[in-house]
Amino acid sequence: MTDQASGQTQLAVIGAGPGGYAAAFHAAELGMQVTLISQDAKPGGVCLLRGCIPSKSLLHIAKLIYEARDADGWGVKFAEPNIDLDALRSWKDSVVTKLTDGLLELCKRRNVRFVHARGRFEDSHTLRLQGASGPVEGAPERLRFEHAIVATGSLPAVPGALSVEDPRVMDSTGALALEDIPKRLLVVGGGYIGLEMGTVYAALGSEVTLVELTDGLLPGVDRDLVRALRPRLAERFKSIHLNAQVEKFEPQPEGIAATFKGQDIQPTQTFDRVLVAVGRRPASQNVGLENTQVKVNDRGFVQVDRQMRTADPAIRAIGDVVGEPMVAHKASREAKVAVEVIAGKKSEFDNVAIPAVVFTDPEVAWCGLTETQAKASGQQVKVARFPWAASGRAATLGRTDGLTKLIFDPETQRLLGMGVVGPGAGELIAEGVLAVEMAAVAADVAESIHPHPTLSETVMESAESLFGHATHLFRPKR
Amino acid sequence: MATEFKMPELGENIEQADVVKVLVAEGDVIKVDQTVLELETDKAAVELPSAYAGRVVKVHVKDGDQVPVGAVLLTVEEAPSEGDQKSEPVEAKVVVAEGKEPEAKEAEPTEPEAPEVEKKAPAKGPQPEGEPSRGPAPASPSVRQMARKLGIDLHQVSGSGAGGRIVVEDVQRHVRELATAATTGPIAAAGAPSLPDFGQWGPIERQRMSGIRRKTAENVSVAWRNVPQVTQYDLADITELEAARKRYRDTHPDGVKLTVTAMVLKAVVAALKAYPQCNASVDPTAGELILKRYYHIGVAVDTEHGLIVPVIRDVDRKSVLELATELDEVAERARQRKIELDQLQGGTFTITNLGGIGGTAFSPIVNFPQVAILGLARSRQEQVIRDGKAELRLMLPLCLSYDHRAVDGADGARFLIKLAGALSDPLSLILEG
Repeated sequence: MTDQASGQTQLAVIGAGPGGYAAAFHAAELGMQVTLISQDAKPGGVCLLRGCIPSKSLLHIAKLIYEARDADGWGVKFAEPNIDLDALRSWKDSVVTKLTDGLLELCKRRNVRFVHARGRFEDSHTLRLQGASGPVEGAPERLRFEHAIVATGSLPAVPGALSVEDPRVMDSTGALALEDIPKRLLVVGGGYIGLEMGTVYAALGSEVTLVELTDGLLPGVDRDLVRALRPRLAERFKSIHLNAQVEKFEPQPEGIAATFKGQDIQPTQTFDRVLVAVGRRPASQNVGLENTQVKVNDRGFVQVDRQMRTADPAIRAIGDVVGEPMVAHKASREAKVAVEVIAGKKSEFDNVAIPAVVFTDPEVAWCGLTETQAKASGQQVKVARFPWAASGRAATLGRTDGLTKLIFDPETQRLLGMGVVGPGAGELIAEGVLAVEMAAVAADVAESIHPHPTLSETVMESAESLFGHATHLFRPKR
Repeated sequence: MATEFKMPELGENIEQADVVKVLVAEGDVIKVDQTVLELETDKAAVELPSAYAGRVVKVHVKDGDQVPVGAVLLTVEEAPSEGDQKSEPVEAKVVVAEGKEPEAKEAEPTEPEAPEVEKKAPAKGPQPEGEPSRGPAPASPSVRQMARKLGIDLHQVSGSGAGGRIVVEDVQRHVRELATAATTGPIAAAGAPSLPDFGQWGPIERQRMSGIRRKTAENVSVAWRNVPQVTQYDLADITELEAARKRYRDTHPDGVKLTVTAMVLKAVVAALKAYPQCNASVDPTAGELILKRYYHIGVAVDTEHGLIVPVIRDVDRKSVLELATELDEVAERARQRKIELDQLQGGTFTITNLGGIGGTAFSPIVNFPQVAILGLARSRQEQVIRDGKAELRLMLPLCLSYDHRAVDGADGARFLIKLAGALSDPLSLILEG
């Protein structure tokens, strides 16, 4: 058993999110003596405490509400939901607590020392551990380590113009706290956080206004996927303004007065609450990295190679703090690589497909090469699309608005990427990840039996359509 | 406008070079053709002239780096502007650059204060193989892991699966091929047992072999594995040749530096003409001997950087004096690392003279794909019986190694007799040359 107060450790992991705890656990499995340092009282990081998990709990409720409403047209009428906000909030919190307590328990079982403190590098082999008010009881003030893994994650980025000292102007953390259900909510940013939280609040009864700086929602995502998402969002949000931006916020007793710039947007409007979700930035400051040889680029990302090594031989870095995409599953994989490299194994982050999922309704998911990237780089690809209008399962769900697309190398027919929009897209994308990583070709996907009637058939039929004979989709021969 | 100055093609079969010295720094203003880097390739040292004029914004390499052809060496700001390319504003970006990120460029940030040109550059440390433009090899994660463990570059493996997909069996086959294809193997000879930890018996130091050293090691290993060689010895009486050489030197105090090697060059051509199978290469697959109708002779030069073998072209068409002049020039260039790459190629036979250093005899290794090499040891005074009388004569030891596939022992002996005869009778050099 590691002495809780020992000033020595073999491996120090700074940050206890999906990157940090995965690294700590894997290292412990390999026999290392590990200290996991978390600035939150419980492990889990942004993902469990202030991100993926609470937001998905709320989105599940939003889904229930909307499906009940959809049933109206199918001969089943539900009354308007009666929302008990306190109960709802505590259900969400209980989901989080269950998972974070589970992680604490796993720390104990794996003999990982968990320290609730801020870790700050003093040099390449020493961390200073600080609690909110000075030294942490029962933990050393200085921790000497052989190896360290920086897994400090990321923070919501709030540009200066949008930064207002008023609790009604929230970032994603504030929005997830669910203080109340504002009558009028402004969401700034048409990225995944803005769309997901906008969906939650709209389902709970807020009038949601969304402004996005660029000319489309989910910048960078293939347009055909985003197009399928648009109608439902437009129905649920009060208004969506593209090419629009906030000039300033003025807190007033009756609400936050916002001034906008852009076409077709009323220049001044008042909102009860505002969510600013314009992006996230790496948490590479206040960690003392300047006291080590670690190099940080001008965007704040710690620079690492494919073995997660920084410029400091004793220090690795993983997760959001090393670069885009800032997603938990990338951090977990990098954690394994970092630990294996420390253990002297030949490991490297050579993944081809990192999946991304936006949990809107419908969900949007993609992995590997996107059509947008192929176009930008001039790479020749062949794209096979299967609209869900031809899927039996989608019809039974009343959701024929989806689309499954596969991106192939035109010569070898190797699967390079996949994109899906539709309910359950987040689950469907896993097949695409496996196929891309396995270097599967179109025939591999087309000739594997997919269960009927399920949405997964759309993946098989997309691949078939490359050969021009998708069973449920007729395209005249060219 | 910022331009990337990339490693140019340096010659046939040269894929990379070691950076010996970077001669410019960030902020320097350079001119076209100004030497910016000293490089060392497998074959020679090269001074690399800049293809651009302007201000050096970033130096992407440092002393000691191994850099492949096509890699970015310098970023040069061609117009005298202040390099004001700012990164685009960071706004609401959920853009997921999946999969591409780990394929980041190989550029390595060398100076901490250097402005970031490429936003995603891995920090430091040995970079995994792979050119920036290559996509991932078509193989599953388990196969990729296996290749990593074996140190195999999957891009070199041909896949047997659909769409060229590489499976476990393909990697195994590739490993077997590597083990047997000794001719293409690098220094690490196939089947050589791994080294013990020498540190357990005393202090050691690991020293990186220079490019020239590694190439020499590779070449002699290839020759050793592939050429069944025989070495034959003889002595040439060079008393008169040496006397003639001294006479020339004394009467031409400002003349060319006439050396034994220059005269041996001329004599060798006579022997090669008589025995053309020594001026050849073996093509075992075709079952043919390739006879060369030209006489380009390599002369091994010992430099402080290692062994370099410049080639003297058309020796048969040059006089001894011309050869001596050229030899002197070429040896000097080799020592100053200023040899051009094409001066190292196309040899048909090689001479290595250790006479200036010492030794009675040695067995040189054939300079593959040539079939014969002549070693010269130190000449010495010996008692020789001439016309029934013991006489002191100056004898030059000749050591001829040859590829037995091309040359038989009898021919080897005849070649040496012919050579020794030509050297002991300087007149024949004039008559036959």
